[in-house]
Amino acid sequence: MQKSFLARNPSVLIFIGCLAAFTLAVTLLSEATGATFISTSFVKTLGKTLCLCLIAIAMDLVWGYCGILSLGHFAFFGLGGYMIGMWLMYERTKTIVTNSLENATLPPTADEVRDAIGTQIFGVVGGAEIPPIWLFADSLFAQLALVVLVPGLLALVFGWLAFRSRVTGVYLSILTQAMTLALSLYLFQNDSGLRGNNGLSGLQNIPGLSHISQATLSIWFFWASAVALALGYLLAVFVTNGKFGSVIRGIRDDEARVRFLGYNVEGYKLVVFTGTAVIAAIAGALYYPQAGIINPAEIAPIASIYLAVWVAIGGRGRIYGAVIGAAFVSLLSSWFTGGGAPDVPLGFYTIKWTDWWLVLLGLSFVAVTLFAPQGIGGLIDKLVRKS
Amino acid sequence: MFRRLLSLLCLLPLAAFAQAPSLQDVLQTQQDAVEKASRKTVDQVLAALVDAQAPGTLEFIEAWGDKRVWMRKDDKLFFYVVTDDNQTYTLLDLATRDPAGTADKRALKQLKPNSGVRSVLASYLVQFQLSDPDPARRADALTAIERAPDESHYAPLQASVADEGDATLRARKERLVRLLAVQYAPDPATRIAAIESFAGDLGVDARSVLNPILASTPVLDAPDGANIARALKPGDDLDIDTAFDLALAADKVAPIPSVAERKAALEANITDGTVGGVRLDLLNTQEGRDRAYAALSHAGTVPDWQPGLTKAAAIADLTFTEVYAEPDPAITDAAAATLASINRAVGLNQMLDLSLDALSLASIYFLAAIGLAITFGVMGVINMAHGEFIMMGAYTGYVIQQIIPDYTVSILVAVPVAFAVTFAAGVAMERLVIRWLYNRPLETLLATFGISIALQQLAKNIFGTQARPLTSPGWLDGAWVLNDVVSISYIRIAIFVLSLIFLALLLFILNRTRLGLEVRAVTQNPRMAASMGINPDRINMLTFGLGSGIAGIAGVAIGLYAKVTSELGADYIVQSFMTVVVGGVGNIWGTLLGAGLVGSLQKGIEWFNPSNTLAAQTYMILFIILFIQIRPRGIIALKGRAAGD
Repeated sequence: MQKSFLARNPSVLIFIGCLAAFTLAVTLLSEATGATFISTSFVKTLGKTLCLCLIAIAMDLVWGYCGILSLGHFAFFGLGGYMIGMWLMYERTKTIVTNSLENATLPPTADEVRDAIGTQIFGVVGGAEIPPIWLFADSLFAQLALVVLVPGLLALVFGWLAFRSRVTGVYLSILTQAMTLALSLYLFQNDSGLRGNNGLSGLQNIPGLSHISQATLSIWFFWASAVALALGYLLAVFVTNGKFGSVIRGIRDDEARVRFLGYNVEGYKLVVFTGTAVIAAIAGALYYPQAGIINPAEIAPIASIYLAVWVAIGGRGRIYGAVIGAAFVSLLSSWFTGGGAPDVPLGFYTIKWTDWWLVLLGLSFVAVTLFAPQGIGGLIDKLVRKS
Repeated sequence: MFRRLLSLLCLLPLAAFAQAPSLQDVLQTQQDAVEKASRKTVDQVLAALVDAQAPGTLEFIEAWGDKRVWMRKDDKLFFYVVTDDNQTYTLLDLATRDPAGTADKRALKQLKPNSGVRSVLASYLVQFQLSDPDPARRADALTAIERAPDESHYAPLQASVADEGDATLRARKERLVRLLAVQYAPDPATRIAAIESFAGDLGVDARSVLNPILASTPVLDAPDGANIARALKPGDDLDIDTAFDLALAADKVAPIPSVAERKAALEANITDGTVGGVRLDLLNTQEGRDRAYAALSHAGTVPDWQPGLTKAAAIADLTFTEVYAEPDPAITDAAAATLASINRAVGLNQMLDLSLDALSLASIYFLAAIGLAITFGVMGVINMAHGEFIMMGAYTGYVIQQIIPDYTVSILVAVPVAFAVTFAAGVAMERLVIRWLYNRPLETLLATFGISIALQQLAKNIFGTQARPLTSPGWLDGAWVLNDVVSISYIRIAIFVLSLIFLALLLFILNRTRLGLEVRAVTQNPRMAASMGINPDRINMLTFGLGSGIAGIAGVAIGLYAKVTSELGADYIVQSFMTVVVGGVGNIWGTLLGAGLVGSLQKGIEWFNPSNTLAAQTYMILFIILFIQIRPRGIIALKGRAAGD
C-alpha cells in the first residue's frame, strides 16, 4: 500500500508546524496583544517576508523544478499588488471625498463624487478623469478576481508566445526580463492610468476598517500571509510529488527526451509558468497592503533577479530551500541596509554596511554558485542524510 | 516715412551745400520731444530732422541712441561732450564738433532715451548702415534687420543690393530682400514671385515669414469678399465651445447655463430647505437638480434653460468659416503651395536627420553589444556584468582625465588603457568564476549578475553617486550642420567611425588571423577543436578578455556624451541584450544588423511619439518580444550542430 501524502513528505508537517509556532509567537509578542516585544512595523516586515517566501516558492517551481529561469516573476507580483491597490486606494479616497462633501450646500451627485475621486487620485499626474481600467475599482470582489486574472492572462499570453516558438534557456530569461522592463517602463508613464512613478499609496489603510488599529491589522495580514504561505507550500509539495512533478523535472533535465516520450512539453511549461504567476500575484496582493505603497520601481528587472538570487541561495529544487533563502536573504538585507549591522573600523577605512552590503551580497552570491550550487537547502540535505 | 527716408538718402551728400537751418536749430524746435523722448514723440523728431536735412543728422541720431548727447540745463542746447576727469566737461558743437565752451557736470544733463526709443533710432539707422563702407557694419545691419524686420527696411535694402561688392553679403541681402518682399512688397505680383521663390527652401526664416500669411481666424457668417480658407464644421474642425462663444458674441444664440452655473444658481436660491419646491436631500442626482432648476427658471428667478439643449445643437444651423487675415487669395494660395513644398522638403530632410540619428544610436548599440555577442557566441555565456565593464571603461576615462589635463591626449590614452583594464578584468572573471560554470549557462548568468551588483556598488562607493564628467576634446565639440534641419554632432560621428573601425578590426581578427580561426573553430565545435590541438581554455579566456575590452572602449565612447555614473552600464545592458538576441549570436554581421534594427526602431518610434521616450522603449521591447516569435534565433542564426543546444 502506498504511504500517505504526509508520510511521504515529512517536511510538510515540520514546515507547517514551524510556521504555526512562529505565527503564534509573533502574535503573542506583538503590540496587537498588548506586548511590546515586536513593533508593528517589524510585524509588517515579517508579514512581507512571508509573502516573499511565497513568491520564492513560485520561483522555485518554475526554475528549480521546471528549469525555466524566469527573470520576470516580480512583474506578476507587482501586478497583483496594483490590482488590490486600485481597490484600496479608490475606496479610501471615496470615503475621504464623501466626508469632505458632507457639508456642501447641496448633497453631492454620484458624478460629482466620482469627479472628486478622480481629481484626488490623478491630480498628482495632471489628470482628473478616472481611466477605464479603474472600471471595477469600487468592487472588492472584482479586483480580487483581477488579482488572479490579469497576471494570469499576461503569463498565459507571454508564455504561449515564448514556448510556442521554442524560446529556451538564456534567451527565455532575457525575454522575461524584457517583459518586466517593458511593463515597468509602461507604468512609469503618467498616462498609464496607474499614477506613473507616484504609484499607489496609502494602501495600509483598509477601507471600512479605519476603526481598527494598524497593530491589529498588521497581525491580520501576518496571519493571512502565513496561511497563504502554508497553502502555497502544500500545493507546491503536492504538485511536485505527483506525476506532474516528475514530468516537469524531466523537462528541466532533458526537454527533448520528454517531448519524444509524447508529452506536450509546451503545455506543461505553460501551466507551470501561468500557475506560478498566479501564486506570485497573490503574494503581491498580500504584500503591498503591508508595504503601504507600490510604484513601478518595484517591478524593475532587478527585483526579479533578486528573487532568483534568494532561490539560488536557499537551494533550488526543494521547496523549503526557496522559503529559507527568501526569508534569510531578505531579512539579512533589511538588517544590513537598515543600519542594524555594526560598522567595521579598519583603522584607515570604516566599512559601512549600508554601502558595502550589496558588494557582500554579490560576492557571496558568486561564492554560493561556485561552491554550494545546492544552496542552504543542500547543506540541510547533507546533515539530514548523515544523521 | 519711406519717401522721406529715400530723399534723405539722396540728399545727404548735398546737405553740406544747401542753405538750411543748423542741426541745433532743428532740434530746438523739437526741444521738449528730444529731451523727454518717448516712443510716441520720436517719429515726430525724426520727421523734423529728415525734413531739415541738416549736416550731422545721422551722427546725431546714432549718438542720441548711444546716450552720447548732453543738454546744457540753463539754455537747453544740445552738445556732444568730452571729459578727462568726469567733473568738467568740454562741450562740442553738434554740426562741426568744435569746442563750444566747458561746463560743470551739474550744469549738464545726459539724454537717456528709453529702450523703445533706442530701438526706433536703431532701426532707422540700419538703413544707412546697409551702405556703410565697413563690411562688418553692413553685416551687423543685416543681422539687425533679420532679427526685427520692418516695412521701412524693404526699399533701402533693395536699393543697396546693386552696389554690394561682397559676394557673401550680397547673397544675404538678396535673400533678405525676398523675405521682406513676401510681406512688404507693394504689388501682389512681386509678393507672389517672392513667395514662390522659397519653394522647397529649408530655412527657418522662410517658414517664419510664410506662416503668418496663412494666419486665419474662425468667424461666423464670413463677410462678402473675405479670403476664405475653408468651411468649418463645429465639433470636427472647430471646438464646440469656441464656436458657441462666437455665436454668443454675435447674439445668434442664447447663453446656456453650464452644470456648474446651474448648481451655483441652485445654491443661491435655497429657501427653507427646498430649492424650487424640491427638498434638498433629493438634489443628490442630476435629474433632481434639473427639476429644481426648471422650476426656478419657470418662476423667472434664474436664467432660462431648456433641458436637453446642448451647445452643439444650438449652433447646428450656423455656418462657420475660417478666414485669412491676408485679403488677397492669390497670395494665400501661393503661400499655401510654397509651404506645402517646403514641408515636403523638410519632411525628407527630417527623415535624413532621423536616419543619421538612428545610425549613430545603432553604432553605440553595436559597440556596446559586440563584446557580449562574441562571448555569447563563442562560449554560450551570457555576461550580465557586461554593462559594468562598460561603466568601468567610462570611469577609466574619467580617472585618466584627472591625471592628464589635455583632453585630446587623455582620450587617446584612455582608449587603450580602458581596453587593458577591462581586458584584465574580463580575463580575471573568466579564470576565477566562469570557467567553473561551463555547461551551466543559467548559473553563469546568475553568477555574473552577482559580480555585476558587486561592481556597481563598488563604483558607487569609490566614485560616489553623482555623475562624473568625461569631457570630449575641443575638436569634437559642435555639430556638422548640413542645413537648418539636418545636423549631427561630431561626437556621434566619432562614435560611428569608432564602431566602423571595430567592425573592420574584428572582421580582420576573426577571418584573417590564427586566433580568429581558432575562435571560429571553438564556436562551431569545441570538442572537435580541442582534438585538433586547439586549447579551448586559452581561446575562451582570450575571447572573454576581447569582448570585455571592447566593452571598456564602448564605455569611453558612451561616457563622452552621457554622464558617467555607476548605472551607466545598466542603462545599456538591456538594449545590448536585445541587439544580440535580435541579431543572432556568434556573428558580427548579425550584431550589426541587430544594432541597426534596434537603433532605427527606437528612433522611429520616438519620431512618432517624440514626447514620450518611455513609451518608445516599451513599444520597442514589445516589438522585439514579437520579433523573437518569428526568428527565435535572431536575424542571422547559427547553422549546424552549434545551433542545436
